[in-house]
Amino acid sequence: MPLSTQCQDDDKKYVLVASLDNARNLSNILKAITFKDHAIFTATSNGLQVTVEYCKTLQASAFIQTEIFQEFTIKEDLVAFQINLTVLLDCLNIFGGSPVAGTSTALQMCYKGYGYPLTLYLEEGGVVTVCKIKTQEPEELIDFDFCSTNVINQVILQSESLKEAFSELDMTSEVLTITMSPSRPYFRLSTFGNSGNAHYDYSKDSDMMEMFRCTKTQTNRYKMSLLKPSTKALALSCKVSVRTDNRGFLSLQYLIRNDDGQHSYVDFFCCPDEEGEEE
Amino acid sequence: MQCVVTGGNVKVLAKAIHSLSRIGEELYVEPQKDGVSCCATVRNTITSSCHLALRSVNSSRSAYACFLFAPLFFSRYSIPNGKDFRCKIAIKSVQSVFRSVATLEKTVEKCHIELDEENDRLTFTLHCKHGLLKTHNLSYQDSESLQAMFDKDACTTNFRVNPRVLVDTVAHFPPSLEEVTVTVSDERMWVRNYVEDETERSKAMLTELCLASDEFDHFVVKAHNSFTFCLKELRGLLVFAESNNLPVSMYFKEPGCPVVLSVTDSVMEGNFVLATLSDGSSPPKNKSKGAHTQQSLPPDDFMNDDMDSYLIAMDTSVASSAAEPPASTLTDPCTSKLPEANHKTRTHSEEEEEEEVADGPDRPPNKKFRSLFFGSVLPPSPQMSTQPVTTQEVLASDSEDES
Repeated sequence: MPLSTQCQDDDKKYVLVASLDNARNLSNILKAITFKDHAIFTATSNGLQVTVEYCKTLQASAFIQTEIFQEFTIKEDLVAFQINLTVLLDCLNIFGGSPVAGTSTALQMCYKGYGYPLTLYLEEGGVVTVCKIKTQEPEELIDFDFCSTNVINQVILQSESLKEAFSELDMTSEVLTITMSPSRPYFRLSTFGNSGNAHYDYSKDSDMMEMFRCTKTQTNRYKMSLLKPSTKALALSCKVSVRTDNRGFLSLQYLIRNDDGQHSYVDFFCCPDEEGEEE
Repeated sequence: MQCVVTGGNVKVLAKAIHSLSRIGEELYVEPQKDGVSCCATVRNTITSSCHLALRSVNSSRSAYACFLFAPLFFSRYSIPNGKDFRCKIAIKSVQSVFRSVATLEKTVEKCHIELDEENDRLTFTLHCKHGLLKTHNLSYQDSESLQAMFDKDACTTNFRVNPRVLVDTVAHFPPSLEEVTVTVSDERMWVRNYVEDETERSKAMLTELCLASDEFDHFVVKAHNSFTFCLKELRGLLVFAESNNLPVSMYFKEPGCPVVLSVTDSVMEGNFVLATLSDGSSPPKNKSKGAHTQQSLPPDDFMNDDMDSYLIAMDTSVASSAAEPPASTLTDPCTSKLPEANHKTRTHSEEEEEEEVADGPDRPPNKKFRSLFFGSVLPPSPQMSTQPVTTQEVLASDSEDES
């Protein structure tokens, strides 16, 4: 691999080195969470986590496991920094966004530690580009405290049917309510727009429903503007898990399969809309 | 009211709604009852008169479209007993129910339309594959009945053609083109883009196509004629006709009278009525017919030409007065300006546009609606039928002063 030579001399200095033969395996996932400029990168021996937060009410994280990378070396237990996600994506796509069949951009990311920029070596067709992106002090991430013991209702759906519903959602509605129940309507998405209301009901017996575990009837409201960013992740995913806990917090987990058949995950946590929480 | 549409008809219904959306912003829904309240002038192949009418009209009343669905179109069809029901809904809301026509065919098994009178809502429920149920509760408003007056039998020119021919013809014109002029002779039809001013003609690109009569399934021309109408509104019908593979019939009498385009099959009929300019080829000329001798209008953002001829005769009576049969007025709709205005008793419609002109005959109403709505401006009087000319002249002279 041509890029492995770039970092060799500085090997001892880098706390994190991650390489991918196909940079799209990273850039595609990051696109799913690019609704804010800045993201926090957290690397552990498990892999890379990129998190974006919005207004303390929405948090989206992309998880790219170690196995996805061709090389993943980390010298500390935890490496974290904040970086401009838009700039990073621009760099990852520096050879052009639209992929030409048969070619791919190889990537090597190197980070020396606190205060140093993130260095990207990108190569395609023998041409190497070096990008150095400034890093910042990582802001503290909100802990939504969403644990599985508090989960009241969970469904796992094939993304295809949910994609259809989300693409048709009435955007004049300020809220989206999600009703989950052991009885009818089982799983319902509702909007209340200018012309009237609309409901999308998924039956628990549907062949799109991979898992249905609802213990109590719950209806929670979420601001449409908060859920809209999740449609990018939905578009890339093949399955989605929807969970609500006892506080009405929503967890959307998207399973994304990349070109090589490997899995990555994108998580969205969303606070319920305060005003009219109903049970 | 309860209707159930299944299988391929869901797509037909969706396409009809999308076609109507290219005409106006509101969808008028009216289940017709037996006999009287039907638009009796529409000579159609549907023998039963209990059909569902979906209509739309544009704000300037120069384009109107109506789709009539026979009970056989539905797998279940029941209409409310007793009083007439009619409503109007923002067409965008109904379009959002049938957003993606391509997937409709593949995923929707049936569509259930139900009236919820208590909440003033029309509920559309789509039963889709994979156990997905989409329910849309759309608010409606009460509305007046909306029917255009036209008589296909009185037309001197009519032809029927495969929609593909028309689609191919209009493909030669840019999508931005507003009006097109159609000229017919015994053996041929010419279609060319309409350019208003003589001065513009030398600068504009002129496109003209000629179709021979043998390209048509049916071609009857009793008088050589030219008529100019808005192409954009026609495209909505062509898309519908082509996707359902239905021949398009065109009926025309003379410039100034609307041109009617129809598609029919055994369970459905669609009629698009488009107003035409009084004289297809040049700026305003003397109109010898009717009492209107309106010639030079002050330029406004609408047509410079004689606007009256560009308005379609409309019946927009409110529910209570809808019982009068319009048939008797329509032996020749083009000789007197708006025959139905003379015969019908009108009450103020709920339309906003009409409110604009509701100040009475003292001031000339908004130009665009003048000749159409003077009927509703005037209080019902027995003299109406005998003195329409006088009234019209009053309005005409006011307008002339303005110019």
